[in-house]
Amino acid sequence: MWALLAAGALGLVAGVLAGLFGVGGGILFVPTLTLVLGLTQLHAEASSLLAILPTAAAGAWRQRTYGNVRWRPALVVGVAAIVGVEAGVQIAEALPEHVLRRLFGLLLLAVAAQLAWRSRRKPPYAS
Amino acid sequence: MRLILIGLVAGFFSALFGVGGGIVVVPLLILVARYSERPAMATSLAAVGLISLVGAISYGFHGELKPGAAAVVGIPAALGAVFGSSLQQRLANRTLSLAFAALLAGIAVWLLV
Repeated sequence: MWALLAAGALGLVAGVLAGLFGVGGGILFVPTLTLVLGLTQLHAEASSLLAILPTAAAGAWRQRTYGNVRWRPALVVGVAAIVGVEAGVQIAEALPEHVLRRLFGLLLLAVAAQLAWRSRRKPPYAS
Repeated sequence: MRLILIGLVAGFFSALFGVGGGIVVVPLLILVARYSERPAMATSLAAVGLISLVGAISYGFHGELKPGAAAVVGIPAALGAVFGSSLQQRLANRTLSLAFAALLAGIAVWLLV
């Protein structure tokens, strides 16, 4: 019972982050499904994709009313991604998982730094 | 062309980590396709929905889905996403960018340690 409540609460948090930042929430769903609900890694990754569906649909539906969704680019990115998935599966089987985790972690750090750098503003008046 | 590349990269990481790919799509739309924050995040959600639909169907054929477990996290998450999207409209682009960068850095640290 407590596990179900905890998983639901983590799902809610993942959903808020998903809506706020336009991600699906999978990064939180997978550990919730494995650590709280006891699924295997494979079942968790599969079920995470299923949980992302209502999350992304609800978020995109809200965003549509705000006029923020660009449907054609979303379709292009989505269809191209499905091709990319195939390549990802091949590489995932060829490289050890801890190497992949490290590489992805470093990539995310670099992206975070670049986003933060881009957000910096010049002072409103010249000194 | 850029959009196709963004999709390929997102799908690639999506397959590796069982995520929808949004944490890759959003920064690429902002940094590469020069979207501003809100359209990037909204468009990413729509793309992620499509990616996860295809992914879930493909896993479904292999019998690896646990619909009950997915509902336990997915239904509260859908409610959360409605709230999160509304909250997003009230935040400045710069705040969104910096908060998202902090989220990415947090995930990166978690992956690296």
